[in-house]
Amino acid sequence: MEHTNDSVKTDNLRRSARSDRARIKERLMEGILLLSATFSILAIALIILFVFSKGLPLIARVGFSNFLFSTTWDPINGQFGIASMIAGSLAVTFGALVWGVPLGLSLSIFLAEIASPRISGIMSPIIELLAGLPSVVYGFFGLVIIVPFIRDHLGGPGFSILAGSIILGIMILPTIVNIARDAIKAVPREYKEGSLALGATHWQTIARIILPTARSGIIAAIVLGMGRAIGETMAVVLITGNVTRMPESILSPVRTMTSNVVMEMGYASGDHQLALFATGVVLFVFIIILNALVSASMRARD
Amino acid sequence: MAYWDLGNCKHVGGSIHLQEHMASEVRGVRKPISTFILIGFLLLLVAGCGSGIGHNEGIAGSITIAGSTSVQPFSEVLAEEFMAQYPQARVNVQGGGSSQGIEAVRTGVSEIGASSRELAPEEKGFHEYLIAKDGIVLVVHPDNPVDKLSLSQVKDIFSGRTDNWQEVGGRDSEIVLVSREAGSGTRDGFESLAMDGESVSDRALIANSTGAIRMIVAGDRKAIGYISLAVLDPTVKPLHIDGVKPTAGNILNGKYPISRPFIYLTREEPTGLAKSFVDFVLSEEGQSILEEEGLVKVKQ
Repeated sequence: MEHTNDSVKTDNLRRSARSDRARIKERLMEGILLLSATFSILAIALIILFVFSKGLPLIARVGFSNFLFSTTWDPINGQFGIASMIAGSLAVTFGALVWGVPLGLSLSIFLAEIASPRISGIMSPIIELLAGLPSVVYGFFGLVIIVPFIRDHLGGPGFSILAGSIILGIMILPTIVNIARDAIKAVPREYKEGSLALGATHWQTIARIILPTARSGIIAAIVLGMGRAIGETMAVVLITGNVTRMPESILSPVRTMTSNVVMEMGYASGDHQLALFATGVVLFVFIIILNALVSASMRARD
Repeated sequence: MAYWDLGNCKHVGGSIHLQEHMASEVRGVRKPISTFILIGFLLLLVAGCGSGIGHNEGIAGSITIAGSTSVQPFSEVLAEEFMAQYPQARVNVQGGGSSQGIEAVRTGVSEIGASSRELAPEEKGFHEYLIAKDGIVLVVHPDNPVDKLSLSQVKDIFSGRTDNWQEVGGRDSEIVLVSREAGSGTRDGFESLAMDGESVSDRALIANSTGAIRMIVAGDRKAIGYISLAVLDPTVKPLHIDGVKPTAGNILNGKYPISRPFIYLTREEPTGLAKSFVDFVLSEEGQSILEEEGLVKVKQ
């Protein structure tokens, strides 16, 4: 019947119109997402390119080993040795890990395995809050509370590696806790249940089954915490004293690479400015090494 | 006969109506999205206005003063008073250090630069307006028994040659030096006036503002630092230098050896709002505001 043919034709037209529109929309969305991804990668690539193009020639001119291993930072007289600042960054980061990692891991095990949902429901938002606090607030707290405490009870000027480590340890806590906790939670239930069924205690299960299984995630958490600590600027510049000498003890003041950039960029020009970019290059390289470590540890596990 | 009908939309005359109906349905979804995009775009446009270099027509518009952190609090007080009198004007005050302020004026980023030191020969070429003088005061913790030093003792201490308080009449303890970062106008002033151009020892703790130095010295009984007279307060003790007490009077009459100029710079002869502001600062009203805040005024 004519009538039926017409309806079938309109049916088909309707269906193909709808699917045409759907296909166009899908193509469009894929295009937009591809564009966004390209922009992000482009932005990062351009920054890296810019920093390296400014910093590398200066390192070449000053001399690779001179730049990295000389402790004389005197930009007015053309001396660009950042060894004391590399030492400062590493010392403060290491100190932060020494107390941030055990505390963070304990907290993440507690939250993932031991705490009741009510307790973890209270503690998790508090830890999120710690993550959201601006770093300058941490620095101010360190300046007003931690530094005088160290000065009056432990000696030295108070501005020290110790002060930096304490504050940075607190700052990287949320990073470590969040990632480690997720890694622990991701361990398949069968492992835990099997272990308990075989008669192991809860702690034996955690120590011998769950943690080794979550190892790569935990390592990732630690390395990301390390990355944050190395890159932290505002809190550190307020509490470490900013002295460009190799530290003699944990109570000595130091200057980190990031503090150096933020304090001197306002007036640096010419070679001095290039040297600050070169410091950025060194920081980049550190981060790249750290990220490579994460991937290596994740692959090693398998 | 209608093969189907979509509720209110009756099928009449073929699929064309269907397509129109579907199109308007889709348009109905698209409308809010495109409206949002339009509003967002307009907001961006509006947000872009209002900031940036103002067009100086009379006492209206906006200007930026950038430079020395020592001058900054005074610029802010002056700006507040100025804007209270001329509500159409906006004066934005920023810090960054004397060197950065000079650079900002040179590149045109700000209309007025603020410096707490004389300009170096290679920095000359601006219009300079001396708005006040400031003294650099050596301060120690209030409990420190030392009351006075000679200028050469100051030089020995800050260069690191003297490192125990006992050598200058104090207790037997190490001297903790507190200084500013290398680009600071206060540090520059201190090094050229008190150190004869010699650099501060690299053992000195570095703070990044004058107020921070005062805070550190106020908390450490072994510390000595230098701050601007304007931020001197009872939390720290000022030292007499070469027998002269650091007061406004002694700075103006030149007896106190460590004093520095506060200068406003412009790239060309200031016009419009910038000129009005500079005139205000140099007027009797502006000068007495500065004097109240602890500076030494230069126009009587």
